[in-house]
Amino acid sequence: MPVNYYIFLSLALFAIGIVGVLIRRNAITFFMCIEIMLNAVNLLLVAFSKMHHAKQAATLATAGIDGQIFVFFIMVVAAAEVSVGLAIIVMLFRNVHSVNVNFLNRLKH
Amino acid sequence: MSITLILFWFLSVLALFSAAMVVASKNPVYSVLWLILVFFAISGHYLLLNAQFLAIVNIIVYAGAIMVLFLFVIMLMNLNKSNEPKRNKWLNLAGVLAGGCLLLVLVAALKNAETKATLAETGTGNIGLIENLGKALFTDYVVPFEISSVLFLSAMVGAVVLGKKESSPDTAGQSGKSSEK
Repeated sequence: MPVNYYIFLSLALFAIGIVGVLIRRNAITFFMCIEIMLNAVNLLLVAFSKMHHAKQAATLATAGIDGQIFVFFIMVVAAAEVSVGLAIIVMLFRNVHSVNVNFLNRLKH
Repeated sequence: MSITLILFWFLSVLALFSAAMVVASKNPVYSVLWLILVFFAISGHYLLLNAQFLAIVNIIVYAGAIMVLFLFVIMLMNLNKSNEPKRNKWLNLAGVLAGGCLLLVLVAALKNAETKATLAETGTGNIGLIENLGKALFTDYVVPFEISSVLFLSAMVGAVVLGKKESSPDTAGQSGKSSEK
């Protein structure tokens, strides 16, 4: 499979995530769009790791394994981020009874 | 057309359509369900790339744990369509335009990249198997692995502190006043 296909697929997924963050005002949907972006990056990392492996496998048997380890750590960080972020959203909801991020502009005034 | 190519196109269309539906659906519960479909499609891509460990971890951690957390929070808040704020049509158009421009620029920049003839091997290679990944994780990457456990501990403590109900406002105010005095 040409690695170009994976690049364009990941770019499209990333762009969809960006559009979601730009047009949605719901904090929970925000988070979901961030997850889409993280997954697009993960997919590209795995594709590049396999590309690297295909090139370098003759010299080093484990070439390209670092990319997949990075994906694993990105998943770890994403899980931690989501647990803290959702706790913040729950606290926000408890204080303002809404998850609309337009209510979060108080630092402006 | 080989079976790998058919599977690739099917999973790509599924992932893109589901991602678009995540953004488009008004009800957050439907967004979460579409997002689970995105994760399954991406896990399918990992399987095609023979990264079996990551495919399973993606399903367990993302589709299993994180999405359940999302659903749990949404159900807890009882969010439905009625309290979804009204959206400005022009603002939406501007957002879609901005995202489309980003996509256009990136695709135009990478269209003629040197990677055109390079192949990402599918279905072969054993670096994605749990044996090799585990070996690398516990030899070369053992320090980051341990640090990530500390990260999880701090995330857990942070979530508990944030989610804890504060003591009733009048007693909190009193303690604040007394400390001011």
